[in-house]
Amino acid sequence: MHMIDNLKEAERLMTVCNSCRYCEGLCAVFPAMELRRDFADADLNYLANLCHGCGACYADCQFSPPHEFNVNVPQTLAKVRADSYRTYAWPKAFQPMFDRNGTAIAVVTAVSVAAFILGFALWHDPAVLTSDSGQFYRLMPHNAMAGLFGAISLYALLAIVMGFRAFWKDIGAGSVSAGSGLTLWQATKDAAGLRYLDGGGVGCYNEDEKPTDNRRLFHHLTFYGFMLCFAATTTGTIYHYFLDWPAPYGWTELPKLFGIPGGIGLVVGPAGLMHAKLKRHKDMLDPARFGMDTAFLAMMFMTGLTGLALMVVRETPAMGVTLAIHLGVVFALFATMPYGKFMHGFYRFGALALYAAERKAERPATTAGKS
Amino acid sequence: MQIPPKQVDVLVLGGGNAALCAAIAARRLGASVLVVEAAPKFYRGGNTRHTRNMRCAHDAATDHLTGPYGEDEFWEDLYRVTEGHTDEDLARYMIAQSKDILPWIAEQGVRFQPSLGGTLSLGRTNSFFLGGGRAMLNALYLTAEKLGVQVIYDAPAVHLDIVKDAFRSATVRIDGADHVIRAKSLVAAAGGFEANIEWLKQGWGEPADNFLIRGTPYNRGDVLKMLLDNGVLPIGDPTQCHAVAIDARAPKFDGGIITRLDCVVFGIVVNRNAERFYDEGEDFWPKRYAIWGRLVAAQPDQIAYIVFDAKSLRMFMPSLFPPVEANSLEELAAKLDLPVDPFVKTLTEFNDAVRPGTFDHTELDDCRTEGLALQKSHWARRIDQAPFYAYPVRPGITFTYLGTRVDRDARMQMADGGKAANMFAAGEIMAGNVLGRGYAAGIGMTIGSVFGRIAGERAAQNAHD
Repeated sequence: MHMIDNLKEAERLMTVCNSCRYCEGLCAVFPAMELRRDFADADLNYLANLCHGCGACYADCQFSPPHEFNVNVPQTLAKVRADSYRTYAWPKAFQPMFDRNGTAIAVVTAVSVAAFILGFALWHDPAVLTSDSGQFYRLMPHNAMAGLFGAISLYALLAIVMGFRAFWKDIGAGSVSAGSGLTLWQATKDAAGLRYLDGGGVGCYNEDEKPTDNRRLFHHLTFYGFMLCFAATTTGTIYHYFLDWPAPYGWTELPKLFGIPGGIGLVVGPAGLMHAKLKRHKDMLDPARFGMDTAFLAMMFMTGLTGLALMVVRETPAMGVTLAIHLGVVFALFATMPYGKFMHGFYRFGALALYAAERKAERPATTAGKS
Repeated sequence: MQIPPKQVDVLVLGGGNAALCAAIAARRLGASVLVVEAAPKFYRGGNTRHTRNMRCAHDAATDHLTGPYGEDEFWEDLYRVTEGHTDEDLARYMIAQSKDILPWIAEQGVRFQPSLGGTLSLGRTNSFFLGGGRAMLNALYLTAEKLGVQVIYDAPAVHLDIVKDAFRSATVRIDGADHVIRAKSLVAAAGGFEANIEWLKQGWGEPADNFLIRGTPYNRGDVLKMLLDNGVLPIGDPTQCHAVAIDARAPKFDGGIITRLDCVVFGIVVNRNAERFYDEGEDFWPKRYAIWGRLVAAQPDQIAYIVFDAKSLRMFMPSLFPPVEANSLEELAAKLDLPVDPFVKTLTEFNDAVRPGTFDHTELDDCRTEGLALQKSHWARRIDQAPFYAYPVRPGITFTYLGTRVDRDARMQMADGGKAANMFAAGEIMAGNVLGRGYAAGIGMTIGSVFGRIAGERAAQNAHD
């Protein structure tokens, strides 16, 4: 019921905005809206995922609250966007993961951390948890570690692909060939630079009508921090299996060169985003999804923090517990990836690709239930 | 709680484009400046919050403008829309100044973009604000505050102390308490009186009760009235206002642009008696939209109905409220609470009078009626394809023409023939000097920015002397 209300409100707003169009130059949402007269649920899910939440249209709108027209595009699209993650999640049985997402992710993380601590302790002598050998693989053989994380990553990948396919199909991406190389390249550029998270050119609006927000910087730190950590893990795996060169690696080796700045990005970025979220104007927040957003930032932060901590305490008795916590957090991150805020990146990318395709075709995508 | 200073160099009454341009310009010359806005913060800026562009002369195309727009062409456009009701010297001076105002406004943080979808006819002449008028205001306020201009909201001026031709102080009401603020110079930039129904009734009588006001309820004209009562020379027709036909379901105040309807030329317009009353296809809509408020105001109960059919539904910009829809003319009449038989008769007579032609809404086409007492000259097509649609419309008042007479320095002129010693005016409160009648898109903002900047600079210089 709640979801239907959000879609209805989004449809009402798009009708209001389509008869005004003052915000047309701020981002991609409004030009995409202008291509349409009617808004099916799939259209609204597309527009909601195209919205980066920069807040410019809220600060600029002559009809935003307290005006009786009550036009609040950032908040309404945030609600629809979060609902859409649930709608497209695969398999359906896991869709309720989104209902109390913060709690769900916290529980999965806690269980998984506990499982690693317990696993290490039971597998070996419990003393191994407090040994200062500096050898990770004494706690968990490399093959076991790679196997476990390989499996959970593959599962996450499958669930993400299935969710993305459902979204891609629903928004009618195929009807304007949104999968073509050029549009994907355009979407990659727009996503990589966060082109639409700039408040139309002067910076985002977060607390008030002053464009002083720097969420774009913190998002870059988070995203590129994550990618660097991913690169660190990947190079480490390659070194291990193909170069027969097991960890630990020196300060000047690639896994460290990627991992250290990546870890710092994953600590500073999510902290900055969390700070911005706490200061955000309440009208633009989706209070029902505070848990989901917070859980996602916390997972990123914890991944970065425990990774860095592991490097610092590797040759101390704290290594065992720290490793268990780090692996537990990373495992939970992968396990919950398809069922949390992480998905925003994929749907955002899909929406940007469709937008690029619609611009090229100069017509809107054809969605189900509409001709 | 906001406590205003007791004394400033320049006091600006009002909070829109003109007021902020004046405040910024005065502050940049070193004056201490206080802006007193009658509206609460959200509604600050009067009609500026509903604007979207300004019309400035320019010699060449830019990133946002498709071609040059010379001073002479601007003057010709202004002369045409005002039918000569303009002060040529002042108007030409403003047009010349408008060339510099575009980069000046951009320096104050306002950003521009190419013309919006659905407004291609303005792409060469008008510079559109990125994000619209409220975005423009936000940028000006940000700049003003950074420069050290103090702003007080929700603070209507209730008394002006003017001795002969000199302003001494203003009394401002904040949270129920009156504060006297003395200033060396006054800039009055507080708009017109379009939201003051009682005042509108002086020109329009009881029908004004049925008018809808397109801007905020704070455009009451109190400052204008106090100035005129204190011997400032008026200009402009006190009975006239800019009125367009807007959706009758719009709120009484502040419905803004989204309640406008651009579909008159696609159908016919009938009054409460189901009778047509004007040639809907006389000329292109941008040239005719401004007469329809007045036309509807002259109809019984100040209401009319734009009627069209399925053929036309997608041919114009969407608006806030969906049209009333019915599967037959009888059903439509019933839904609109119009007399059914006369309604069907009017439609039938119209349909029978439509001559064959080639419909093209982008030109004055040959689709017209023949044999009616009141013809439709262009774009006449039979209204015969269900579903049938209608929009109820009422007069929507945008702005008023009465103002204070000023000279090139934006200095007010006194009714006894002299010049005001330290009182300046900018924006809608003095728009009647150059815009005595009619309207051209974006010209209100030009008047506000050009005379706002001048008023601010002269007010600051005056305070120094």
